[in-house]
Amino acid sequence: MGHYVVRRLLQAIPLMFIISIVLFALVNLAPGGPLAGRSPSRRMNPEQVAILKRQFGLDKPVAVRYLYWLVGNDWVKIDTNGDGIKDSYGQGKGIIRGDFGMSYRTRTPVIDSLRNALKNTAYLMSVTLLVVAVIAIPVGVISAVKQYSFFDIVVTTLSFMGQAIPEFWLGLILLLIFYVWLKNPVTGESLLPAGGMYTLGSEFSIVDWIKHLILPVTMGVVGWVTWYSRFLRSSMLDVIHQDYVRTARAKGLKLNKVYFKHALRNALLPLVTVFALDLPYIFAGSLYVEIIFSWPGMGRLYYQAAIDRDYPMLMAILTIGTLVVILSNLLADLVYARLDPRIHYD
Amino acid sequence: MGCIVLGCIILSIALAGLSPYDPEKSDITSRYQPPSVVHPMGTDALGRDLMTRVLFCGRISLTVGLSVMVITLVIGVPVGAIAGYFGGRVDNILMRITDAALSLPSLLVLILLSAILREVDAPFLKSNPVLTIASVIGLLAWMFTARLVRASYLAIREMDYVTATRALGASNLRIIARHIFPNAIGPVIVESTLEVAYAILEESGLSYLGFGIQPPTPSWGNLLSNAQEYLVKYPWLAIFPGIMIFLSVISINYIGDGLRDAFDPYKVLKKMGEV
Repeated sequence: MGHYVVRRLLQAIPLMFIISIVLFALVNLAPGGPLAGRSPSRRMNPEQVAILKRQFGLDKPVAVRYLYWLVGNDWVKIDTNGDGIKDSYGQGKGIIRGDFGMSYRTRTPVIDSLRNALKNTAYLMSVTLLVVAVIAIPVGVISAVKQYSFFDIVVTTLSFMGQAIPEFWLGLILLLIFYVWLKNPVTGESLLPAGGMYTLGSEFSIVDWIKHLILPVTMGVVGWVTWYSRFLRSSMLDVIHQDYVRTARAKGLKLNKVYFKHALRNALLPLVTVFALDLPYIFAGSLYVEIIFSWPGMGRLYYQAAIDRDYPMLMAILTIGTLVVILSNLLADLVYARLDPRIHYD
Repeated sequence: MGCIVLGCIILSIALAGLSPYDPEKSDITSRYQPPSVVHPMGTDALGRDLMTRVLFCGRISLTVGLSVMVITLVIGVPVGAIAGYFGGRVDNILMRITDAALSLPSLLVLILLSAILREVDAPFLKSNPVLTIASVIGLLAWMFTARLVRASYLAIREMDYVTATRALGASNLRIIARHIFPNAIGPVIVESTLEVAYAILEESGLSYLGFGIQPPTPSWGNLLSNAQEYLVKYPWLAIFPGIMIFLSVISINYIGDGLRDAFDPYKVLKKMGEV
């Protein structure tokens, strides 16, 4: 097992390397570039653009830029004030030494923005996933146990509908209902806030935070709940007709215990693998939620960077995204082997 | 049931030309009319009838969906077939490429690619926005088809009838295209149908963000892209395009589900009472 993990990780290194070259080339060779759309309000003259270009190192060929991005530029003299003379050694340590570089837009280290955004996204996603688990597990189990009952039919229909709703549109409709239409009867304010993580400038209050969570979480939850409850329903259906479940029932165990303890444990096995494979989508899927509800997380950061062509920021998020995909694939395989003793890797 | 809904959608889209309104012509005197008998879905910022526009968008969105399906099939089927049939080193190389493509964070790359293509000043891309966005989505989705096709070919190439065909002297190409293909295509058809729905969702999301199909060409997604600003005053602008996306996607999903049952021999036998 240990051997297998090491081999998979070693295989991931050249893969990461190739993908990073492709992505870097894509990002850097694209027309437009970070300086093209720069502040039309205060138009810059060509000399200023040239200075910025030299400062950002955009005058160098792409291969050189990739090298600097990968291993840093603290071993060569670069032009820091953009006057065309190489004056001092670079500051960048390169991504392999954990340096994501400086954002072109804010001119602060990318890692600082990332750390904050990652925290906010993780907060949003963990609440969302918790709600998904709390709803999807009982719903999936009950609709499998009572197959073709009224409850099951309603759930199946709803989940079919939930899969077809465009996520961003659901967000708009939630805003329409809970922000525009429904008002708090006492104060006359909107029932729920339109965005953000908390009311700016107010003191910390748990009620305020929860209010800001409801809509974004609901928007994220719908798609995942429908997906997982459908999945759990079919994997429960496979399990509950097995002999050991019948035995447990024949022994006179309470039905609740049979289904939620004996059957559920095995039905969750495939679900865990699927969940690991879904991690990147969960990570990326918060993008629409964050944009609609102005949640200061990774998705919004990426969206802004894509508009600004903030190369270091784009590359940082893309690299992390790729890493998440590769690691969650590995995780899925490992969890599967760990939970199912019949599977062996060597 | 899916067929009925989809049929209605296609019919209404086809009949959009009969609408008394021009989808492009603005009428300043009737801006932001709420839904009424004259304008069943209201009018937009330039006084254009929203229903006519929404129906015209349907053509664009369904074209995107179908183009993505074609692109994933054109790339995915040959890759999967060759990898599955020949196996060995060819399989290894093709599958490593597929794995690499699967390791890309797809939504992020999708946004990046469409943001880039928006700026590319090529006349072909500018005049074919639908094809452009469809190829971007297709390029990031063919891997699933390829894997599926490969799995089918791997299983079928071991069957006796394939060996018999080979013994009769059929060429590899002929075996791949004429003998295995018809037996391998079932799950692919199901997958491709669902792919259409997925592509419509992706396109509408991208266009909503402003990276997909650009405004002179209307699409369900970009009709919604300003909707959030106007939500308080003109909510109908946000409601109707979304309902159309929802209805098309759900009906395509229903068809996909029906096809899955139809191609599942176990289920078919069960229905006939054989099992």
